[in-house]
Amino acid sequence: MSKILEGLMYSESHEWVKVEGDVAVIGVSDFAQKEMGDITYVDMPEVDDEVTAGEEFGALESVKASSELFSPVSGTVCAVNEELEDAPEKVNEDAYGSWIIKVKMSNPSELDALMDAAAYKASIGE
Amino acid sequence: MKYYDKLVFELSQEGRTGFSLPVNRFPAAPEIPSALKRQGALNLPQVSEPDVVRHYTNLSQMNFGVDTGFYPLGSCTMKYNPKINEEMAALPGFAGLHPLMEDSLVPGARKVYEEMNKALAAITGMHTFTFDPCAGAHGELTGLMIMRQYHLNRGDLARTKVIVPDSAHGTNPASAAVAGLEVVEVKSLENGRIDVEALKPLLGPDIAGIMMTNPNTLGLFETQIEEIASLVHGIGGLLYYDGANMNPLMGVVRPGDMGFDIMHLNLHKTFSTPHGGGGPGSGPVGVAKHLEGCIPAIKVSGFHGNFGVILRAYAYILSLGKDHLQKVGQYSVLGANYIKECLKDKYKLPIEGVCKHEFVFDGLIDDGAHGEVPGATTLDVAKRLLDYGFHAPTIYFPLLFHQALMIEPTETESKETLDAFIEVMRKISDEAAQDPNILHEAPHNTPISRPDETTAARSPILKFQDTL
Amino acid sequence: MARLPYLPQTETDVKAMLARIGVNKLEDLYSDVPAQFLHKGDYALPDALSEQEIRDYFASIEAMNARLKVFVGQGAYDHYTPSVIPYLCSRSEFLTAYTPYQCEISQGTLRYIFEYQSMMCELTGLDVSNASMYDGPTAAAEAMKMAIACTRKKTRVLLSATLLPHVIAVVKTYAKFHGVEIGLVPADGGQTSIEALKAELSKDDVAGVIVPSVNRYGIVEDHSGFADAIHAEKGILVEYCDPSALAVVKTPAEWGADVAVGDGQPLGLPICYGGPYVGFMTVKKEHMRKMPGRIVGQTVDKQGRRVFVLTLQAREQHIKREKATSNICSNESLMALWVTVYLSLMGPEGMKQVNKLSADGAHYLKAELLKTGKFEDVFPDKPFLKEFVLKYKGAGLRERLEKAGFFAGLETEEGYVSFCVTEKRSKEEIDRLVSIVKEG
Repeated sequence: MSKILEGLMYSESHEWVKVEGDVAVIGVSDFAQKEMGDITYVDMPEVDDEVTAGEEFGALESVKASSELFSPVSGTVCAVNEELEDAPEKVNEDAYGSWIIKVKMSNPSELDALMDAAAYKASIGE
Repeated sequence: MKYYDKLVFELSQEGRTGFSLPVNRFPAAPEIPSALKRQGALNLPQVSEPDVVRHYTNLSQMNFGVDTGFYPLGSCTMKYNPKINEEMAALPGFAGLHPLMEDSLVPGARKVYEEMNKALAAITGMHTFTFDPCAGAHGELTGLMIMRQYHLNRGDLARTKVIVPDSAHGTNPASAAVAGLEVVEVKSLENGRIDVEALKPLLGPDIAGIMMTNPNTLGLFETQIEEIASLVHGIGGLLYYDGANMNPLMGVVRPGDMGFDIMHLNLHKTFSTPHGGGGPGSGPVGVAKHLEGCIPAIKVSGFHGNFGVILRAYAYILSLGKDHLQKVGQYSVLGANYIKECLKDKYKLPIEGVCKHEFVFDGLIDDGAHGEVPGATTLDVAKRLLDYGFHAPTIYFPLLFHQALMIEPTETESKETLDAFIEVMRKISDEAAQDPNILHEAPHNTPISRPDETTAARSPILKFQDTL
Repeated sequence: MARLPYLPQTETDVKAMLARIGVNKLEDLYSDVPAQFLHKGDYALPDALSEQEIRDYFASIEAMNARLKVFVGQGAYDHYTPSVIPYLCSRSEFLTAYTPYQCEISQGTLRYIFEYQSMMCELTGLDVSNASMYDGPTAAAEAMKMAIACTRKKTRVLLSATLLPHVIAVVKTYAKFHGVEIGLVPADGGQTSIEALKAELSKDDVAGVIVPSVNRYGIVEDHSGFADAIHAEKGILVEYCDPSALAVVKTPAEWGADVAVGDGQPLGLPICYGGPYVGFMTVKKEHMRKMPGRIVGQTVDKQGRRVFVLTLQAREQHIKREKATSNICSNESLMALWVTVYLSLMGPEGMKQVNKLSADGAHYLKAELLKTGKFEDVFPDKPFLKEFVLKYKGAGLRERLEKAGFFAGLETEEGYVSFCVTEKRSKEEIDRLVSIVKEG
């Protein structure tokens, strides 16, 4: 059983979103980090890069796999979690405490397409 | 094999040397301006010749090659590398040729290329070959450039996509991307072959062609190749043949006759040149007659490709001649089917029927999982094989099966070797059923045990200087 | 018909194996192949040769080639190969292994690659090396793709017109199909022009610039200000180097380069009509994740012993497929071993002496040639090491030298004649070459 936090929104590709005003804080779910195994690198965009809902913004890497990260919302990257550059294992240790990027949203209505905790729980069959 | 821990840098002693150069009898040249000179020290090892010889001999003893033992690495065709080929490639009249010498100075070298071209054309049914590519993936890239050049020459700019089966080697989609083509994946059927019905809707005016290998990566012959060729040609596309799996077809089937327009060969697989720990290889690309004109525009390596490798392959072809060619193909298929039949009661065979030079198991039938103890995986089986003195098969490829174990014996292995391998594989299966922990902990008898790959990737140490 | 010694199957073996499989004859193993594709009749190949016949035949074609003293470089340098190198590199354990996928029985390969990476980093001054590439020109082409990948929004890569012609040709081929625009930075007085470079950079679309450390005329280039100008436009600087010369000339790191590429051939590899050679690439640490090719790293095994593994594999084609940095898979591993053994033998002092012998010989040859009065110096004030160009006032120089046993004075695109001297060329050979020139 993986951990699912109430109050966050989730995408089908296992990213979570926490809304802070017009900024979306984005990470990956506990389910995703477990599937990935030991994460060795988090490939992140740069501040000021544009991201689009449903499109790739980075990747998680393990020894034998690479898994793309998809942005749940569109907008401009306003922060990246630089701590993960040297300590990617933090995503394994605490998926919800380890945000990856923050996006200033250009179209907050895109949030409506995301799942709540209960719907996400059902979607991963737990 | 025994563990030896030195790096050559650690043998270094200030002032020691390992070289021998002639006395300098020239007047001293003016020095280059100091602004253009190297500033930093050059910390190369300072070692004597005997130090060097002993060090690398010790390193070699931690390595396993085809000459050490059975190396059934699927898709890599680890056949015996004849020694006469090495000697011929080292002849000074070849090794001392400068690549910019005009053809009239090097008729012997040009003859090797011409004869090789004729021989490969005869073996594959293609019209002509370019020898510039230095490896299989390099051949794929060159072949796809030729494919694009063909469409460009016809003014057909819309063909930006290439179809690749889901069972393909990872290099296929990667080569396509480097060549500027978008990859469209076509699914395989339950029987491991391309789904022709799924292929049909993908075909259109945006398709440059399809990349296939036949037999495919499961070692299965694509029985519907004639229909696939006719469909792809019907929409104006070309067929590319990945020659990684050419060995079983030697002397039996020619890709050109099956409708392929472009192909590469891996001389380091099918034509017996040594793999060298990962190269040098050679990946000549053959084309049908209507594509010959596309070759000159494409320059993919510095000079004439890996001439030294081509010489070795040429010596091999001379030793085969028309007499032994077919035996290569047939015996490679014989060995693979023999192993498959002798092990399929212990390992899951996802697709029944005759295979070609290789086949894929999907893990153990009884992996020994019980209670909290997880079952033995394909990785565990691979590591346990090392304990018994065999190289492991290719593992976790193709991606169609979760526990893929891809076995390719090649024609140069005797029945005794295959029997010994079969016996060990059965023993490993029994060990797994009784106590999978023996496998989880394997290998036990190799110079080192399993490495911590996660730390290697998280905190990379990539050179000696990083350890100081 | 004689048996092929590489095929161990006896008739009894074949029968037993066929029986176990449950078929009658070898042909039945191809029952799934549509009949029209089964080849009928003989293949158009010669009769099989015995080992002795192969030896005789190779001797006959080898004898057709001219045996000349090589005084040409242009990307292939006739340096001396110590006898230890082929001796060690032909050890079966190295020669007949493949990619070190099973690290527990591949520590030999993995260790020499780690040593190779360390040595290439030492020569270039940069942080991270890969396990090798095909050759210098393809390494430059990979650097071109990497520049685009590192800088994303930029679309153009600049090449110095002073790069060797075959490097420019290969990079252009890759660029054409990969959808990258190439610009050429012209030379000024035989070296890459910084004014022309700055003018191109001002167009704001340049992802990277590839310049030669020692160029096609043999000139040691001055790259002062290059890195700053390129970095100001957020591009990357790629230095194309002769790694042998890096023992004495300013390193890519010292010029502020982000990437160094080149051909390892001058490090003891025979010229062998163009291959196998070995491309190299080293990069600054920040570009490590975008670097193509295999990389070996150090870690520990379960007992805590120092061991080596293939690492950072998530960049590569077998994992990323079409999203990989490159399609490279097999590289030139054995030639990387040649280079590693060469550099171990030579050490810092040997590398210095090779450069000195070659440069002294080249300067002597150039001076002697100029004394004949048959040449004009083209770049009289420019520093060079082992290679130089001149203008020949007559015609047919190369052909005349060939008849006398020399491969020298190769014509360049610009109409110059090119010469190169390595430590293999003796003073007697040079004096004889000059005397032939005088006679002409």
